[in-house]
Amino acid sequence: MGVPLNYIARNLWARRLTTALTAGGLALVVFVFATVLMMDEGLKRTLVTTGELDNVVIIRKGAENEIQSGINREQAGIIEMHRAVATGEGGQRMVSKEAVILISLLRLGDNKPSNVVIRGASAMGFTLRPQVKIKEGRLFRPGAAEVIVGSSIAARFANTGIGQTLKFAQREWTVVGVFDAGGSGFDSEVWGDVEQLMQAFRRNAYSSMVARLADPTQFETFRADIGEDPRLAQEMKREQTFYSDQSKALSTFITVLGLTLSVIFSIGAMIGAMITMYASVASRVAEIGTLRALGFRRGAVLWAFLAEALLLGCVGGVVGLALASLMQLASFSTVNFQTFADLSFRFILTPDIAFKTLLFALLMGLIGGFLPAARAARLNIVDALRMV
Amino acid sequence: MHALKLILRNALRHKIRTGLTVVGLTIAVLAYGLLQTVVDAWYAGADAASQTRLITRSSLSLAFTLPLSYESRIRAVEGVTTVARSTWFGGIYKEPRNFFPQFAVTPNYLDLYGEFVLPEAERQAWMRDRKGALVGRQLADQYGFKVGDVIPLRGAIYAGNWQFVVRGIFDGADDTKITRHMLFHWDYLNEWLASRPGRRANQVGVYIVGIDAPDRAAAISRAVDAQFQNSVAETLTETEQAFQLSFVSMSNEIIAAIRVVSYVVILIILAVMANTMAMSARERTSEYATLKALGFGPGFVALLIFGESLAICAVGGGIGVWLTPHAAAGFKTAAGGIFPIFMVSDSTVLAQTLCALGVGVAAAVVPAMQASRVRIVEGLRAMG
Repeated sequence: MGVPLNYIARNLWARRLTTALTAGGLALVVFVFATVLMMDEGLKRTLVTTGELDNVVIIRKGAENEIQSGINREQAGIIEMHRAVATGEGGQRMVSKEAVILISLLRLGDNKPSNVVIRGASAMGFTLRPQVKIKEGRLFRPGAAEVIVGSSIAARFANTGIGQTLKFAQREWTVVGVFDAGGSGFDSEVWGDVEQLMQAFRRNAYSSMVARLADPTQFETFRADIGEDPRLAQEMKREQTFYSDQSKALSTFITVLGLTLSVIFSIGAMIGAMITMYASVASRVAEIGTLRALGFRRGAVLWAFLAEALLLGCVGGVVGLALASLMQLASFSTVNFQTFADLSFRFILTPDIAFKTLLFALLMGLIGGFLPAARAARLNIVDALRMV
Repeated sequence: MHALKLILRNALRHKIRTGLTVVGLTIAVLAYGLLQTVVDAWYAGADAASQTRLITRSSLSLAFTLPLSYESRIRAVEGVTTVARSTWFGGIYKEPRNFFPQFAVTPNYLDLYGEFVLPEAERQAWMRDRKGALVGRQLADQYGFKVGDVIPLRGAIYAGNWQFVVRGIFDGADDTKITRHMLFHWDYLNEWLASRPGRRANQVGVYIVGIDAPDRAAAISRAVDAQFQNSVAETLTETEQAFQLSFVSMSNEIIAAIRVVSYVVILIILAVMANTMAMSARERTSEYATLKALGFGPGFVALLIFGESLAICAVGGGIGVWLTPHAAAGFKTAAGGIFPIFMVSDSTVLAQTLCALGVGVAAAVVPAMQASRVRIVEGLRAMG
């Protein structure tokens, strides 16, 4: 027969201050653990949603990102006419030839420069990326020195309000709209007319191309054709793979740093749980003796104390998770090591993360509670009853 | 004297509890120290940067280069002594994760960077070899480069397969200098570009400008930038330190997060420590009442609790501080050169000590207040 759960829970309640302090320590560890996972999830989701499934990105061989890449007009023409590329309304090829340039803008708040991607696009660029929608203002007109900014840029950089002007490449560019890209990486970009930007930056080559496949199964042949054509020096990737590859270094960094910290911190919290449980056992020796004398077995006593530790871990886990879920309201921005441009992303809580976090909390309770519970179970009935 | 003895005896009464608390404190102080050192390592490049060097780069962003013709115009600015060229190469050694910086530079770059020590014979050997390269000691140690070795690089910005021959290995003048980079001839890169279509030759990534007086850095920077205002490639000139800090500031939310987290660990251990003290004090309520009955004042009782808390924190904190440099050395090796400079600074040690003492005091406040207020009759009646 087991010790009733009610008895176990009341023990925690009886020593409220100690329970609160221990659970508080556990909750802080859980908070750090959950936040790291949420950050990594947010980063991955931002970059994966940046890509569309049927879209491919073409960049120069060896280039690690769009900024380093180059495609001249002749090469762009060859790729555009490949039969794997879909044809849209009015017979237009579904290809967006883009110039991707890094400029530095001043951040609001500390007024320090940070690198921002400016993308020269055409109308097809919007067709290929349906998640990009104008939220305020209007689209830039082709042929005009106008730009639109992503929603995270508008919120964090100076002079990016509608009607304000940005000065770069010897010209003044009027901000005419703010677009929302559904939480993808484009939210951290500025978009303008590709031909205008190329002229202003004195470039005669595009940076990258995005194309829609007419038939998803043609991906491999398209890629092989581009790789073999002696006139081309480009390679292609699926858009989703391309963008998620770019988050690898940052994602690894955040995960490794965060998980190392969580493990170190959890040792501290487990020690806290252990101290509490040892004290709980020590102050209840006579009680344990009574339980044993009443007929509860060693296993039942072991389980009772383990359950108490697990309950403690559970309280810490729930509180920590609740704190972490508040982080969903915040966003985080940093420089992406691979593109060297600023990237903003949110903390995202998934059921999977919540599950892992609670498991982690219970594990901390279990490890912290095991030795004290074993000591309680090993107590001799007669000796224990004498301890009053 | 008796008080001290009583404090120590009290601390050692629950050996497991005290032992665990000490271990917890050690880990927390150690973790805090390591996190502070990570933040310091981030700033290491900027700390080592000189005030007598300016960096002139394109005002658009670092991805843009400057024309070669700017060199003589910058040299003509009053106060400028030397102008060296430096272009970021961005080559990949075998795999992208083997990242290290490579710069294509002119030989006078070495004159500007006096903190890198290179034997004269090796410098001569490098000057004679067009495909020659110089590597820093930290880089050479990491990948086992020796003089005469060939380093193959795959160009990410300058597409192609490149090969460089190591002609010399330079050392930092002291431990704070980062020598995890490679230098090779700017002329070699330029000739390669000139032989290819695309008009990318005769371009310079950044100019490194040596000046005669550090206190005129701001004025000289303005004078340089004024030369190129409203030109095709406007420039931005700042001291090397400001230039390095602009990199650091781009990831300042990560640094801020690490800072916050390093205080979280202190909070966690504060909770553990406060718990230990609260439990100890509660168990000894009747003893404190006895002491009071014997005539000791409430101050003495509070002193006992503060003393015990501080003693535990001093031991745990002391071990943590002592362990930090050892752990930092291990971490540096394990991180595989991501942090070329990873040294525990004096201010970190001071902060660790203050945190340990702060935790000791804060953990004892509530139990000490309760114990000093306890009424003798009630206290004597209390059961531990």
